[in-house]
Amino acid sequence: MDFLGILSQTAWWILAPETIAYALATVGLAVHFGFGGLLNFGQAGFMLLGGYGYAISILSLHWPWWAGILVGIGASVIFAVILGIPTLRLRADYLAIATIALAEALRLVVQSTLLDSVTNSADGLGGYHESFRASNPFPQGTYGFGPWTYNETELWIRVFGLILLGLAIWGVWALMRSPWGRVLKGIREDEDAVRALGKNVFAYKMQSLIIGGVLGTLGGVVLVLPSAVVPQVYLPSLTFFLWTILLLGGAATIWGPALGTVIFWLVYSFLGLFLPGMVNAGWIHGVTPSQVGIIRFVLVGVALMLIVIYRPQGILGDKRELSFNARK
Amino acid sequence: MVTAQGFWALMKRPALLLFAMLIASLALASLAVSPAHADETNTDKYDYIFSGNVKYNDKPLAGVQILVDGGGYSAEVLTDDKGHWEVGVPKKEKYDVTLVESTLPKGVIVAPDERITISDKGATVEAEFGLTKEKSVNFFLGEGVRKVTPFYERVIGSAINGLNFGLMLALASIGLSLIYGTTGISIFSHAEMVTLGAVTTLFFSVFLGWPIWLGIPLALIFSAVVGYGQDVLLWKPLRKRGLSVVQMMIVSIGFSLALRYLFQFFIGGGTTLLPTDPSTTKKLNIFGIIDLSLVDMVSMAISIVVLIAVAYWLLYTKNGKATRAINDNASLSAASGIDVDRVIRLIWILGTVLAGLSGILWAYFRPGIKWDMGWQLLLLIFAAVVLGGLGTAFGALIGSIIIGLLVELTPLWLSADIKYVGALLVLILVLLFRPQGLLGKKERVG
Repeated sequence: MDFLGILSQTAWWILAPETIAYALATVGLAVHFGFGGLLNFGQAGFMLLGGYGYAISILSLHWPWWAGILVGIGASVIFAVILGIPTLRLRADYLAIATIALAEALRLVVQSTLLDSVTNSADGLGGYHESFRASNPFPQGTYGFGPWTYNETELWIRVFGLILLGLAIWGVWALMRSPWGRVLKGIREDEDAVRALGKNVFAYKMQSLIIGGVLGTLGGVVLVLPSAVVPQVYLPSLTFFLWTILLLGGAATIWGPALGTVIFWLVYSFLGLFLPGMVNAGWIHGVTPSQVGIIRFVLVGVALMLIVIYRPQGILGDKRELSFNARK
Repeated sequence: MVTAQGFWALMKRPALLLFAMLIASLALASLAVSPAHADETNTDKYDYIFSGNVKYNDKPLAGVQILVDGGGYSAEVLTDDKGHWEVGVPKKEKYDVTLVESTLPKGVIVAPDERITISDKGATVEAEFGLTKEKSVNFFLGEGVRKVTPFYERVIGSAINGLNFGLMLALASIGLSLIYGTTGISIFSHAEMVTLGAVTTLFFSVFLGWPIWLGIPLALIFSAVVGYGQDVLLWKPLRKRGLSVVQMMIVSIGFSLALRYLFQFFIGGGTTLLPTDPSTTKKLNIFGIIDLSLVDMVSMAISIVVLIAVAYWLLYTKNGKATRAINDNASLSAASGIDVDRVIRLIWILGTVLAGLSGILWAYFRPGIKWDMGWQLLLLIFAAVVLGGLGTAFGALIGSIIIGLLVELTPLWLSADIKYVGALLVLILVLLFRPQGLLGKKERVG
């Protein structure tokens, strides 16, 4: 087995667009759950709105790429409001069920033949890259070293994604040390107490839902920048991977989402190469290389269980700042 | 002839005038789109051209309508005196070419063929261009009468299907609702308990080759063991550890992910059928309107009997009453001498067995067993349970039947690939207008 090759390919994932996209979406989830105590199980839906909003604005409306991002953001604000009005007044698990249901409904609709001329149903969308690549400030060439060697387009996607991620992390840090953030954390700890202080709890939760959702949407945009919009990506499993990442890094932390994402993708891609490698080398018998790759998903599930049971605050978290016990 | 008086009368009533204008413009529009001899549509506008000849017994048929549809483009054409038609299309893509059967002479239909799908509009084939920019699409005609099922019969047929689906949904929903009622957890891994029933039946009856009458009871016993095991090994220790309800819900999501992909690991990504005697899946006609197979009838009978048994158990037995008491107030029940842990364990076993049974029945209904089949059902289960009222067993039953009917009746009006969307929107509407559900009590919602 080529260990160096596997390690080098694994290292590539540290700066992959998928990694940056997941990190952005997970920062959004941290605003929802980590700081606001909102159980959003529909982050995949917000990411879908980013991907489709971006691609459809460019393909169907012939707008420039930055307008596509704005369309995605607008769509996710509307989505958050639709989601929030019926559920934010209810108990936490209702929000969980409603978000997962609405995100799935969204995926089923874009995947159906109903809007085929706009969404291209199950085949997804592609060929919308021209305007983003035309605005690339980097001249043609090869950049970087080792596993992180990119051409100008790959570099531009990563730099753009990292700028968004940096702004998101800085923004969340600034928000959470502001009075607004302290009220939000107060709502997470004891909603009734904050209400008794005269704060409009519903409005704060709605703002948290919108901000986190918009970050999810930006993640969705970054996810579709390199290649194509594929509807089967936005399954509820995507949301749960983000949850695993969030709880691994630490839900109520600033750097937890980014750290969790890097660990997640490193382990995930390492096993994706190492497990089939073991089969091919004859160390494991009775399974095919593609079959053994499925074990990774099983491990994600097991990891999620173990984290929640044994280290619910995550790697970077503080046990005193737990989002779980907030609302009953 | 419109007299001057009549014209002024029209002018005084703008609504009528508008209406008249609308009629006139519609008449003009219809003239514009249906020229008498439209054997060629858009052939000079686009490069890619579909063509064909419609003949019956070597005699060309004129005036037969052909529709071309795909990639957001649609066009129609009528055959000329030689039975010939041509349609230009903008892109090299897959298109649906449909021959409208109502424009054929009486007693003539498109001959059945595996390429052809029959719908209300007519007979459709998928056509694709090869290496050239032209493609000929021909339909083979034969003698026969297309039996068009009247709309009300299709409604009845779909409603019976919906009832059947709703009943098996109820089996899964009641378990979820009882578990929620007694422990407070919205248990996502219930989806995998549905799959588990089907997968273990598959294991006993296909991989081991044992007869199905033995395979199904064994699968249910296995479900009971898993139900017992998951309480003893997972949920009870977590309760004792003091995990919050939200934490347990996320644990159940991890559990669900792990189990789902374990199923895929073992049975692969495809769909496997349970062994069935073809005579039992043949649709039998009852009362001239309802088409039901033996399997459908047995499945409905099993669901109804089991649901009645569960209702009886809840209402009249000691354990059932204890369940309802814990549902109402767990601490008070414990104080009055009910062994809460024991009842909860019973509920886990019961819920898992009911979910397993629902999975087995659903494997016949779908048909086939797939690694994520239970997950496909989960959101419908949640929709049903929330509609009926979270934590209420009888609400889950009513909610399930409504959701089942909704899912099966949707394709009558809308495309079949969004038939689950309606159920999910019901969920949102219920949360908006009656969050406690149909049978829930208002204070449950917090």
